[in-house]
Amino acid sequence: MRQETQETSPTAALINLERVRFSWTAAPSPTIDIKQFRVEAGKRVFLRGPSGSGKTTLLSLVAAVIPPDKGVIEIAGTDLSTLQGAARDRFRADHMGIVFQQFNLLPFLSVAQNVTLPCRFSSARRQRAQADSGSLEAEVCRLLLALKLDAGALLHRPAMSLSVGQQQRVAVARALIGRPPLVIADEPTSALDTDTRDAFLELLFKEIDATGASLLFVSHDKGLAERFDQQLDLPTLNRAETPGADMTLQDR
Amino acid sequence: MLDIAWQSLRNRWSTALLAVFAIAISVALILTVDQVRRDARTAFVQTVSGTDLVVGARSGAVQLLLYSVFRIGNATNNMSWQSATEIAERREVAWTIPLSLGDSYRGYRVLGTNQGYFTHYRFGRDRQLSLSDGVVFDDLFDVVLGSEVARELEHKLGDQIIIAHGTGSVGLATHDNQPFKVAGILAPTGTPVDRTVHVSLEGIEAVHVDWRNGMQVQGEGTSADVIRDMDLEPSEITAMMVGLKTRGTVFRVQRAINNYRAEPLLAILPGVALQQLWDLVGVAETALLAVSAVVVLAGLINLISVLLSSLAERRREMAILRSAGASPGTIFRLLCLESTLLALAGIVAGFVLHQLTIQLVSAILSTRFGMDLPSHLPGVSELLLCIAILVGAIIAGAIPAWRAYRQSLADGMAQRT
Repeated sequence: MRQETQETSPTAALINLERVRFSWTAAPSPTIDIKQFRVEAGKRVFLRGPSGSGKTTLLSLVAAVIPPDKGVIEIAGTDLSTLQGAARDRFRADHMGIVFQQFNLLPFLSVAQNVTLPCRFSSARRQRAQADSGSLEAEVCRLLLALKLDAGALLHRPAMSLSVGQQQRVAVARALIGRPPLVIADEPTSALDTDTRDAFLELLFKEIDATGASLLFVSHDKGLAERFDQQLDLPTLNRAETPGADMTLQDR
Repeated sequence: MLDIAWQSLRNRWSTALLAVFAIAISVALILTVDQVRRDARTAFVQTVSGTDLVVGARSGAVQLLLYSVFRIGNATNNMSWQSATEIAERREVAWTIPLSLGDSYRGYRVLGTNQGYFTHYRFGRDRQLSLSDGVVFDDLFDVVLGSEVARELEHKLGDQIIIAHGTGSVGLATHDNQPFKVAGILAPTGTPVDRTVHVSLEGIEAVHVDWRNGMQVQGEGTSADVIRDMDLEPSEITAMMVGLKTRGTVFRVQRAINNYRAEPLLAILPGVALQQLWDLVGVAETALLAVSAVVVLAGLINLISVLLSSLAERRREMAILRSAGASPGTIFRLLCLESTLLALAGIVAGFVLHQLTIQLVSAILSTRFGMDLPSHLPGVSELLLCIAILVGAIIAGAIPAWRAYRQSLADGMAQRT
């Protein structure tokens, strides 16, 4: 493994952060202070950080859910600061699929309704999903089957009736539907036992590879790091002040 | 969006149902109060109908109305029979009903009148008095009871009653020498007629044969047979109702009576006086409506409370929606949609409850009091009230929706609980 700094051309980066600062309103110091952070298209990136290191805040910034106080965030070549209001939300719906640690699903909706949730907000993803399998429902079935779920039995079941492992895989199907270029996973395996976790990761990688999406995977579980193309240490990245030492990146 | 709002509410059905119930109760209350208020006004104003003028000795319009129509209070003076006859003989006049008050029977007023009362008196929407049993005065000492008098005092045809001199409740001298016999019982009218004991004008004269200056003359008293042979034409009456041939002459006749030379008289248009009286007592209806409005307000505050308290446990839900691409505006609209759905369900349920209540009350009033309530199809007023409540609910729902909007902006993708 070798360390390198992100000095690649901005045109090749799916995610590009430059001098980004962000503070929560009541916080005494910035939660995020990153000089530079880049992720190339098609890479599977592991972002490690202990609790409270700002992982979820960084993901919220990347996902255009919250705007930075300072700096530039570009996703797929689009400067997020050029997008205002609902356009930012549409951009997120079009370009990103997101999986949380747990409680990923709206409990009162069916599995199918949960999986197709992003298609309500992104016509591009809805059209791609329909084009992929002929109809939205067919694409949901295909994704569920690919993630080793019994689509026929689960499709119209309420999400709350599923096991935690099943819910996580349904969340992955939701993140993948309509082939967004970026999938963000915020500690998606921390609620799973080791066997389930490994199977989950295997399915996730397989589907990510099939769609050609990039994966930004956040976890505090160091044991997972070696399965990824790139590994980042958030505390190092976040507190770095000098050029060249602003992040740690390891290639497999 | 609608299906998400609906399924979210279904997921929290118990609290949602309570909110709907609170709104339904308040909507039913305000609609029913509004309906009863309007019906009461209509029924009140139609206590007497078809009568063009009420004439009595000069006093106040409301006082004349109170004692002649509602049998409340007493006349300060009587009018002479001579004047009554002259008014009845005017060419514009179609009919008159003489009213002679002053006696009572066990707390109910006794009214001396003639056959014209049963022919011409109208109430409600041009309804005529009708007998549920018996006949109108056949004999000098016959009495016709209002429905409530008969019911409360458990009288039936043929019962003998002794009326009292004066209208107080205790220590009254009775006309026990001349007992009356119940000859007829009127059907319920929902008006003061139900609480009246009707005798003929001659009957009133007959029981006062042995009275001078308000006192009974000592002695054995005149026998009924002797009285029957006497001239019992009254010298004065308390008031009279007048029906005209054409309503166009009402102001001319009113002016003529008010300027009557022989004695100071007052003629009033009962509809106008009833309206004036309602305006006096109508403060209560406004107060009732105000209380109902407060109950509606409480229902809406409960709606806000239900939605606000659910927000804390729904922060995950908001974060998931945001991550899928929902804007804070979408979250705001979703919450507004939920409150609107709750309010709509509450209003529909409240309307149904109101209709059931009104039908029930209507049936009870109709069978027990003979009150003829107007038809209860939804009116413009009810529709406007419902729209006003819905608008209120939408505004109320915007408060938790705004909170959710701010919350979803502040939380980012953090799944706070």
